[in-house]
Amino acid sequence: MEMNQYLNLFIEESREHLQALNEHLLSLETEPKNEGMVREIFRSAHTLKGMSATMGYEDMASLTHEMENVLDEVRNGKMSVSPEMMDILFQCVDYLEEMVHSISNQGDGRLDVSSVVSGLKRILSGKEVAASSALPPVGSTDVSEVNLLQDEELDWTFDEFELTVIRQSMESGFTVFWVRTAISIDCVMKAARAYIVYSGLEAHGEIIKCVPPVEELEQEKMDRLFDIVLITDKQNEDLEKVVLEVAEVDSVTIKQLDPHQFLYSTSNEIDVATPDVNPLEEAVQATKETAQVPKKETRTKTSSFHQTIRVDIEKLDILMNLFSELVIDRGRLEQIARELRHNGLLETVEHMNRISGDLQNTILTIRMIPLDSVFNRFPRMIRDLTRELDKKIELVIEGADTELDRTLIDEIGDPLVHLLRNSADHGIENPKQRLEAGKSETGTIFLRAYYSGNHVMIEVEDNGKGIGREGVLKKALEQNLITEQQVGSLTDKQVHELLFNSGFSTAEQISGVSGRGVGLDVVKTGIEALGGTISVDSTPGVGTRFLIQLPLTLSIISSMLVQVEHEVYAVPLSSIMETAVFSRDQIMSVQQREVIDFRGKIVPLINLKEIFQLPNQDVSLQEEVSVLIIRKGEKMAGLIIDSFIGQQDIVLKSLGKYLPNVFAISGATILGNGQVALIIDCNQLIR
Amino acid sequence: MGQEEQATQQMKVIVFQLFENQFGVDVSQVRSIERVVEITKVPRVPSFVKGVIHLRGAVIPVIDLKERLMLDEQPLTDDSRIILLIVNGYEVGAIVDAASDVVDIPLEAIEPPPQMMAAGVDMKFLRGIAKLSDQLLVLLDLDRVLNTEEIEQIFEGEGLGT
Repeated sequence: MEMNQYLNLFIEESREHLQALNEHLLSLETEPKNEGMVREIFRSAHTLKGMSATMGYEDMASLTHEMENVLDEVRNGKMSVSPEMMDILFQCVDYLEEMVHSISNQGDGRLDVSSVVSGLKRILSGKEVAASSALPPVGSTDVSEVNLLQDEELDWTFDEFELTVIRQSMESGFTVFWVRTAISIDCVMKAARAYIVYSGLEAHGEIIKCVPPVEELEQEKMDRLFDIVLITDKQNEDLEKVVLEVAEVDSVTIKQLDPHQFLYSTSNEIDVATPDVNPLEEAVQATKETAQVPKKETRTKTSSFHQTIRVDIEKLDILMNLFSELVIDRGRLEQIARELRHNGLLETVEHMNRISGDLQNTILTIRMIPLDSVFNRFPRMIRDLTRELDKKIELVIEGADTELDRTLIDEIGDPLVHLLRNSADHGIENPKQRLEAGKSETGTIFLRAYYSGNHVMIEVEDNGKGIGREGVLKKALEQNLITEQQVGSLTDKQVHELLFNSGFSTAEQISGVSGRGVGLDVVKTGIEALGGTISVDSTPGVGTRFLIQLPLTLSIISSMLVQVEHEVYAVPLSSIMETAVFSRDQIMSVQQREVIDFRGKIVPLINLKEIFQLPNQDVSLQEEVSVLIIRKGEKMAGLIIDSFIGQQDIVLKSLGKYLPNVFAISGATILGNGQVALIIDCNQLIR
Repeated sequence: MGQEEQATQQMKVIVFQLFENQFGVDVSQVRSIERVVEITKVPRVPSFVKGVIHLRGAVIPVIDLKERLMLDEQPLTDDSRIILLIVNGYEVGAIVDAASDVVDIPLEAIEPPPQMMAAGVDMKFLRGIAKLSDQLLVLLDLDRVLNTEEIEQIFEGEGLGT
């Protein structure tokens, strides 16, 4: 039971430490003399060891223990960093990742680590055998802890506010206890234990002081002792029981603070103050004063760390759903207000609109996560790839702080892995070829993210050999994707597009790194499923750039409502270029398809009534045709509709599992009048 | 089915009409009975799928049960109702001519479906026939009636999606 409670915390923290290990190992590899890095790595390994041992994952604990031994030697200057050591340490991290993965999938986290362990041992034995390192370094802190144990005095004082509170509670008949808890010396999750003690006591009264402060307890910035001052109506024995019930607590000392001392020394002050000052006011005053002091403290602190809370993702999803309901009602209210033309109502609705707009932005930003959480695993991946491919590649990441909705974050990782591997494998040449081509030996892959309007763009660019037109055409012919006649007429852009066809891979040989012919088309489908687009452009000999465009969020989309026959449809603004009205004689016919001239470009027309098989009125009678110019990447099309209704934020709802994959419909939304409007998926209309 | 093993040896059934015939579905598969609201047509789906409706914040697909079972469509009347069914975890609204009653049927009154059409309905959609004192009740096998595999086949068969 108790373990379960910590399992999630354990997994999450383990992942953070593994990520830190990866990052620091990479830095260490570039600067092997950096002692600070060694210390960081040691610390992560040590923490992992402690956590895993408490949770009972022995394989993990023993592996981290062995890592620690090696790192300890490095830290103490008895050994220097060698490439072999780095390789083994990286392997260790891989094993650890595998274990954590297994644990997070309800596994037991067991794994045969003998190969890396023997590797670590081999490194150790290569040096003068320092057997002492087998001792966990926890022991070294023993001395100071003993000292503290003897120090039984209350060596801290109460401030004004605390004194006031203590005094007032004593007057109201509460007792104030000072509780000193000593946590077992070999407890590895002190913070967790301390927290259980803290919340246990909190349940029985009010904690007015904690030394060291709670924040430090949470970060385990303490030895085995901590003190809590508690106002309660419980007895000494009750509290003792509460504390001792917590596992790994060695002892507890509970003393009642002497009421006389407090009441006497402070009553004088009260006499001076009380005649005309309301006690409540005084308390408020006191609170204000103290409230100001910690504020200053936190202000200086915030520069070093953000104040954050972890929230269950499910709760955010629920919040988002609730808000979408609200958006629907907002639309309805707007409509009613317009119909009634009641000024007060209109004003209120207007105000509500503004507030809910802000609320929407806030909720959306809460769900945003920096892309860093996806990007951070790539440096390690590229490092391994360079080894595997025997190439020299540098990865440059820009804009990792760009934020994206978490549903998108979860999905974008795999496509990016594909693209990066693709660039490393097919794009960047090997060092010899690069030198021959007059380039620097080391190839560079840029991974950039930035905002562009309502979108986030992610670029994967390499300065490799680019996409060879001839190679692509040859492959496409073999795969029967194009005909001989088409070869000459295809533009470079169209040739590049061929890469996204299923079953297409230009790799001469199938390598372990990328390309079994299921590469780029999977990437494309994946990204389009997220409502995004991907395009590629390339210059032979200079490099290739993949550009991914993603919406900021998925569930609430700005759209244009249009009417066709009696039905209302929503078209996402992201795929609309423009709205236009053409007179009938502007419509031309090319190869039996209706087209229009839109700013010098010939754009095919799509008649929604035909596509959706709606009963067709005789439209030819109308003088003018309303057209929505939509786009998908570079391609455009004109959607013929009956009339424009207007712009509106809509909430995307699925059509339900009973109707999967309806053609050209990505979902439905509920309008202000309670009607359902279908959302048109322009990607499927343009081919 | 779990309900059939109940100690009471009875089954609660929602009774509704299609044309002049009485049909029944297990009450545990019915979430609610609604008046017919405005239906938004969905393009290029099988014709028995009438579209989608808005029901308390959700979008629900609606089928015409008569058309599905008997391949015969009739205009809606004031008595027409949408029965909100839950089958295999998805919600579907079914249009019926009228929803009249909830009855308890003793299990022994249920007979397996006959080897022929009953009430003009293909036997593959039937779960059984209940003989009550004054009427015959045709019990539907909703898993079959609302089978999505078949819908997807229809999608492909009609060459939709191109």
